[in-house]
Amino acid sequence: MSSFLRVAWVVVKKDLTVEVRSLEILSTTMFFAVTVVLMFSFGLVVDGRPLNDVAAAILWVAIAFSGTLALGRTFERERQHDTLRALLLAPADRPALYVGKLVGILLLLGLVELVLVPLVGLLFNAPVIAQALPLAGLVILGTLGFASVGTLFAAMLVRARSRDVLLPIMLYPMTVPVMIAGVRGTAALFQPTPDPAVAQFWLALLAAFDVVFVTLALWTFEPVMTE
Amino acid sequence: MPFDRLAVVDVARHYGRRKALSQISFTCEPGEIVGLLGPNGAGKSTLLNILATLLAPSKGRVEYGDRTSDQGGPAVRAQIGMLGHDLFLYPELTAHENLTFFAHLYGLANVPVIVDSALERANLSTRANDYVGGFSRGMRQRVALERALLHDPRLILLDEPFTGLDQASTRALVARLQERRSAGRMIVLATHDLDVVDGVLTRALFLINGKQSADTSAASSLRERYQAAVAGA
Repeated sequence: MSSFLRVAWVVVKKDLTVEVRSLEILSTTMFFAVTVVLMFSFGLVVDGRPLNDVAAAILWVAIAFSGTLALGRTFERERQHDTLRALLLAPADRPALYVGKLVGILLLLGLVELVLVPLVGLLFNAPVIAQALPLAGLVILGTLGFASVGTLFAAMLVRARSRDVLLPIMLYPMTVPVMIAGVRGTAALFQPTPDPAVAQFWLALLAAFDVVFVTLALWTFEPVMTE
Repeated sequence: MPFDRLAVVDVARHYGRRKALSQISFTCEPGEIVGLLGPNGAGKSTLLNILATLLAPSKGRVEYGDRTSDQGGPAVRAQIGMLGHDLFLYPELTAHENLTFFAHLYGLANVPVIVDSALERANLSTRANDYVGGFSRGMRQRVALERALLHDPRLILLDEPFTGLDQASTRALVARLQERRSAGRMIVLATHDLDVVDGVLTRALFLINGKQSADTSAASSLRERYQAAVAGA
């Protein structure tokens, strides 16, 4: 295994071990995401019929908010015992540390989405099973785009005093294109007559955003982490 | 290529208009223990972070042998071991898991053997599978020191290593540092515990308000020399 992949894997394994022991981030993120979907379903589903496109918007709002929560907590854990400095001091490629943290967050959000997507389907009568494959593509690529920027910003802000405020302020404007693509692509799938061509277009756009965001994050992680 | 000399050349570090460090110059040779001594806020931790390559100097340079940190990157970091004030350990992992994680991160060979001997040196073999979060400060400090030394670094940086240690742990730590010094390692430590390090340091660097203060006192005790440096600043 190359040194880059070895370091990324070691970081992922460590993050998962810590999370399995504490379940701190998974439980809070899951609880938060489910609460968001439930609250909106009470207000936006009338007589069993949701408003147009609302299911897609709620799904992505829940992903964005719970993702922000997970990002903040993941790096708060590294800050509390100053372990981020120990990671940065290791003779490893710093982008490999970034990839390790990113994959850990993606796995965590993936677990949350495994509950979130069926819940949205159930409460908003969305065809999540019929459109499972393209929907999975949109959710995976959208989450990757969101988390790639979020991991970079959360790492950058770990030493900032007002990091909890600054993270959403910096993250949401940057990830608006990902959110728009996710919502429009999902809405195209959730229509009474699904439009796979439109979903395909947004899926391709998401893939392009992901390439740009991940490349930029890998490129900038080393300089931004050296004060 | 292992480096055999640390040279700090006219290093300054500013945070906006605030000067945390200015005009710091010193060297550290193999087998030396250099103490960074000074009151709170004197810039000791900032200087250690610069030496650890975690912080870039605003001015001046740090030379690790014939390379600076910019030129060395991972190759220089591979030869630095740091024990921070916050110990750099994951409380949710056991002592064995913490050391194993860092050994893998450093790309060491024979990880199980290295980790077992580190635990033995820390006198924690019987507590290897206990969570670090449940350890006393002294036990965590011992694990953290062995974590910093896992890869046998040429340069060892220690930030307030004696804080919260009882006498036995302090003696053990001093013995471990002297053993590393005998092995030809370079050690730079920041501390307030003047009585503990008196006689251990080969050289003391007094830092007052981010500036190096001259060690002009002829007194034999480190505390008296420190007081003279503070008074003269």
